[in-house]
Amino acid sequence: MKRVVLVLMLLVSHAAQAFQVVDDRGVSVTFAQAPQRIVSLLPSLTETVCALGQCARLVGVDRYSNYPESVKNLPQVGGGLDPNIEAIVALKPDVVLMATSSRVGERLQSLGIKVVALEPKTHADVKRVLEKIGQVMAVTDAQSIWRSIDAAISAAAQSLPKSVASTRVYFEVNPGPYGAGESSFIGETLTRLGVKNIIGSKLGPFPKLNPEFVVRANPDVIMTAERSVDSMAQRPGWQSLRALREHRLCVFSTDQSDVLVRPGPRMSEGARLMAQCLADKAGTGKTTAPWLKTGPAKP
Amino acid sequence: MNLRRASIIGWALLGLALLLAALGVCVGSAGFENLLGPLLNPLRDPEQYAMAHQIVWDIRLPRTLGAWAAGALLGLAGALAQGLFRNPLADPFLLGSASGASLGVALVLAAMGGGAGTLGGAMMSDGTAFSVFGTGWLVRLGLTGAAFGGAVLAVLLTLALSRGVQHTLRLLLAGVVVGVVLGAMTHMVLLWSPESMQAMQAFMLGSTAFVGWTACAVMAGVWLLASAAGALLARLLDGLSLGEATAHSLGLPLTSMRFALVAVLALATGAAVAQTGLIAFVGLAAPHLVRSVVKTTHGRLILLSSLMGGVLLMAADTLARGLIAPQELPVGVLTAVLGGGYLLWLMHRGTRGGGISL
Repeated sequence: MKRVVLVLMLLVSHAAQAFQVVDDRGVSVTFAQAPQRIVSLLPSLTETVCALGQCARLVGVDRYSNYPESVKNLPQVGGGLDPNIEAIVALKPDVVLMATSSRVGERLQSLGIKVVALEPKTHADVKRVLEKIGQVMAVTDAQSIWRSIDAAISAAAQSLPKSVASTRVYFEVNPGPYGAGESSFIGETLTRLGVKNIIGSKLGPFPKLNPEFVVRANPDVIMTAERSVDSMAQRPGWQSLRALREHRLCVFSTDQSDVLVRPGPRMSEGARLMAQCLADKAGTGKTTAPWLKTGPAKP
Repeated sequence: MNLRRASIIGWALLGLALLLAALGVCVGSAGFENLLGPLLNPLRDPEQYAMAHQIVWDIRLPRTLGAWAAGALLGLAGALAQGLFRNPLADPFLLGSASGASLGVALVLAAMGGGAGTLGGAMMSDGTAFSVFGTGWLVRLGLTGAAFGGAVLAVLLTLALSRGVQHTLRLLLAGVVVGVVLGAMTHMVLLWSPESMQAMQAFMLGSTAFVGWTACAVMAGVWLLASAAGALLARLLDGLSLGEATAHSLGLPLTSMRFALVAVLALATGAAVAQTGLIAFVGLAAPHLVRSVVKTTHGRLILLSSLMGGVLLMAADTLARGLIAPQELPVGVLTAVLGGGYLLWLMHRGTRGGGISL
């Protein structure tokens, strides 16, 4: 038995000697050994590294990474889209984790820095990115961490009563108004929680809506960030919305919004936040059209 | 001849506006639908009527009329600006009002995101709480107030930099400088508040989505005021078009009238921008479109540009709502495509039969 374990360990350590990772750009990156100095240029990737228990390997982050608390003490190297190349190079990272949308990758590569570009957009992406970063850092428990995240989302869904299935939700991402559609990361969480999204998947992940669409759909619950809730009741026609009249609003603070909008390992916490509010605000009553109450008397 | 032509065009534009208003009421989040039917027959289907009533009365009608008013304000401001600067490329945003309004909106968005008092703090790299100035009042001001205030303050700044209105060129340059500097500051603010980016983009491309009756009334009121002032000041623009020396020899009080023009310009632009965001091209294109069909005095040009701007924005807004309903296109994109396309067509048609004249 001991011998088998020894052989396995040898195999593992040997495999860790040199390995390749294919990132979201389709670029294959070769590592001679697992990188020890990591710079992350995307908050969700920063959180993923830390969720894998490798926070200590981070030597620099972008200015928007603010979780967990410990990354706030790390050197900031600018934003994901406008990073400070010099600052990154000075940190001598073994690998830079960043979004595919950033232009900085090519520049860093030409300076001899290894770059892994990952773009988490959906639940499946979060799992894939978790595994990928696990692979890069040569840690093996990515699978089990994913399983616990997944289980926590299921638990959040199960904490809700069955009646929640008839609740129709509008999640406003920002006061454009841009809403979160069924195909978005947030929409997927809502689907997992068992509620209906008023924005169908064919409208894309984050459509810019005609505000009239929301008035017509008359959602039972509106979810939004603190920043945009004040102006909501002043929008033409919105006073009559059931969710606003009956205060069926889930208003998330800035910190909570960070959790909700980042496709990263804290998505289970996001699901829990939404579930808590839904348990509180989602009524079981059938939706009444607003015009039946505000319209003129029937003949 | 030209007088008759001008009045025919005026009436035609008004008629077109009415037609577009009726069309605009029928276009919304469900695409094109006839809501006028149920609205006119309340007894046939009361439920349908109540729904149509709310959608049309609370949302679509103020929105459609608001689009007209905003377009009219921008068209009017465009005609004033082109006359004042004697420059066919002048537009209402030339005195810095657009970038002033943007900065105001960006500050409020950032203040809403970061919470009161942390705007300055966010700029410190070590994360210590450090407040340059309290931002609570910014949030209370709201986006509309901030946009209007920003627009007016930017014009005042331009006036201060150009040391008055005596030199048109200096005024123009000061406006450009203020525009660039405030624009840069806007981007600075956004850099520290990336979550405001999308809301900011919505403002930059313009939208009539949140225009209600109050906004509509405010814009209509400002439009009436600005039209009256425009009619009074048209004499100056006519004089100016003959050259500064001639205008002076006609005994026109150039300085005070220019100040008045700039004030009207700032007020009209500020009112439109505050309610609908930065809608491109209406102010630039409307006077050109009018001039391409009729040559007339500034008095009529101002009024006709106003009507033209209203029609242009109303048409663009109706399309913006209808094309990919229930999603919306930014209306500024469509005004540029519509107005720009028409202007290009006019230019290509050449000079025969009253081609474009700059």
